[in-house]
Amino acid sequence: MHPLVERIKREFVDGFVDAVEWRGDLAVTVRRETVHAIAEFLRRDPEVDCDYMVHVSSVDWPDDEERFEVVWEVASIRRRHRIRLKTRVPESDCQVDSLTDVWHGANFMEREVYDMMGIRFRNHPDLRRILMPDDYTEGYPLRKDFPLQGKGWRDTFEFLNEKA
Amino acid sequence: MRDTEKTYRFEDQRDTIYKVDPEHPETATLPLQRTEELLLNMGPQHPSTHGVLKVILELEGERLVKSTPVMGYLHRGVEKLAEEGTYHQFIPHTDRLDYVCAMYNNFAYCRAVEKLMNITVPDRAEYLRTIVAEVQRIIGHQFWLGTQALDIGAMTVFFYTFRDREILLDWFDELCGARLTTSWYRIGGVERDLSPSLIAKLRAFLDYFPPKIDEYQVFLEKNRIWLARTKGVAVISAEDALSFGLSGPTLRGSGVDYDLRKYEAYAAYPKCDFNVPVGKNGDTYDRYWIRVMELYESVKIIKQCLDQMQEGPIMASVPSVTLPPKDRVFTNLDSMIQQFKLFSQGFDAPPGEIYCGTEAHKGELGFYIVSTGGGKPYRMKIRSPSFIHMGAFDHMSRGYMIADAVTIFGTYDIVMGECDR
Amino acid sequence: MGLIQLGRHQKDGDIDVITTTVERAVNWARKGSLWPMTFGLACCAIEMIAAVSSRYDMDRYGAGVFRASPRQSDLMIVAGTVCRRMAPVIRKIYDQMPEPKYVIAMGSCATSGNIYDSYSVVQGVDRFVPVDIYVPGCPPTPEALFDGILKLQERIMQKRVFTKQPEQVKA
Repeated sequence: MHPLVERIKREFVDGFVDAVEWRGDLAVTVRRETVHAIAEFLRRDPEVDCDYMVHVSSVDWPDDEERFEVVWEVASIRRRHRIRLKTRVPESDCQVDSLTDVWHGANFMEREVYDMMGIRFRNHPDLRRILMPDDYTEGYPLRKDFPLQGKGWRDTFEFLNEKA
Repeated sequence: MRDTEKTYRFEDQRDTIYKVDPEHPETATLPLQRTEELLLNMGPQHPSTHGVLKVILELEGERLVKSTPVMGYLHRGVEKLAEEGTYHQFIPHTDRLDYVCAMYNNFAYCRAVEKLMNITVPDRAEYLRTIVAEVQRIIGHQFWLGTQALDIGAMTVFFYTFRDREILLDWFDELCGARLTTSWYRIGGVERDLSPSLIAKLRAFLDYFPPKIDEYQVFLEKNRIWLARTKGVAVISAEDALSFGLSGPTLRGSGVDYDLRKYEAYAAYPKCDFNVPVGKNGDTYDRYWIRVMELYESVKIIKQCLDQMQEGPIMASVPSVTLPPKDRVFTNLDSMIQQFKLFSQGFDAPPGEIYCGTEAHKGELGFYIVSTGGGKPYRMKIRSPSFIHMGAFDHMSRGYMIADAVTIFGTYDIVMGECDR
Repeated sequence: MGLIQLGRHQKDGDIDVITTTVERAVNWARKGSLWPMTFGLACCAIEMIAAVSSRYDMDRYGAGVFRASPRQSDLMIVAGTVCRRMAPVIRKIYDQMPEPKYVIAMGSCATSGNIYDSYSVVQGVDRFVPVDIYVPGCPPTPEALFDGILKLQERIMQKRVFTKQPEQVKA
């Protein structure tokens, strides 16, 4: 296994769940309580030194008990490595720690994850919708049970009835 | 930030804004300083916002205290549409992401799928892809230069860059039939080869173009107004830029030498000899200088690729994944069935997930694809540089004036199609 | 009696020489000075900008003065995908334009939603704004946009100004 994975396994024995290396990409699944601690380690440790935020996304696995998967991908340009940090979030308690204090770029990206999947981020400075309007009530579009054409919002024009 | 005790509210001064002591009216004074914050809404329909973007500016006088970008006016649901179609069918969607230089999006996507499927692209196809990608970079930077100069007030540069851009758009028209939303890249290679007339036209353009870049420089490089409006404006430090996830010229302006063409060395870039311009101060002038220097470097890369290119196949030969050549599709039944199946059912992707980033002219454009097998992606996440640059907009614009807000839009090089997807 | 009688609408629906000439002059002035508004939403905006640039010059049709304010323009070229979130803004701007006003739906997205049959894209701008001319293409080349503007100019020439539009002529 990659030496980085070995270090994470050693330092965070109870948080580590799984690691996969496929097609040159390194992905580590951890428990959601330890996400913030591992993120701090990835950022501050001088040998790991991951200071570049690549992306934050989410995947919906509706058949699993822990339905949502949140993915943070970070890289270190100086050390030439990139690592994907994944964690699972159940639908009943749909929240996870925000990593905005570790990487500033997580701000907008986590807002997008909230907007599209409905996962809340604790301690996020400004958690509200970003791509859909603030008063959008139909739900979270990227979930697998949300229809592609939406639930009728795109065809209703209530502003036409307002008086000029 | 706001200290409410210090602001003078109108309710406190019912009849007059003067502070008057009724016993001694001769000592009436005007309050020396009134500070109120003003919320100004800029957009979504605004000539300089490069698309439909709304920014709510909190102003103190003319200074920006905080800016809140409001996006989503061009959110088309592309990531969800990706889950409904096959991998081949998604290529035209990628065109319309960063519509200023469309082929780079195709390139980034095809690279991601090739990484997923573990396909090696033949040499000639790599050279062709590099050549066209660099021509697209030239178009993208020309568009950027024209619109940035237009926003700041230098209209002449706009007309000059668009005149030269038209030559290249005609070249694309001859290559693949469309000026703007081209879809010439395919998974595994490219759709068709460059004809001799195209190569001749490209070589003629490469001789014609460098003096034109010098012409653009004459207008701007030492122009006092340009320098006053770009030097020292929108400064961001290297550490902040990395933490925000900025990439491309925006990051290189702050002194970080991160260019995926050198870092990951994909396509034909390792075989070409070129420099990556890196700035020092992290201000708008440095980012402008980097992009203009990149124009010269692109010309160099294209020349070297044209000289080094050898004959060979233009598409990888993996019949279960790559498309058959078009002339065989129309004459041969097997090829037609293969084409039909690949588009309607898709090829069988292995289960797994990958991330693949490419150096588009705005920054790092990446695709994070999760596949559970089958012909359709399970989840397609587009890592678009414009969206991430908007995250740093507030940080970058604090303390500058309203007029600088327009400069900052330009220096970030934001395109809403990519930002909102 | 006098000049006013000469210009009046006659019984059988025909109108007089003076009214037709004045109407033609007014329509000619209107079609020759269409002032569009900068309303580029997405990719079609780039082709609209190219149509204004030096190679395809929209100014020779009188339509080159792009106004940023809707109060000073009479043509709205909706160029790009119309998302439901942007729809109230488009409608408000359309309402702010003074009469006579025209709308060109440029591109496939504004006409019918194009390939974006998703939860946030309105399937055509004509669902909430009346459209005069549809220009198909993805994106339409600047020449196609000119074709649309010339057809709009033909329609403007057919409109009646001082008299009621008769029903048999398609408005």
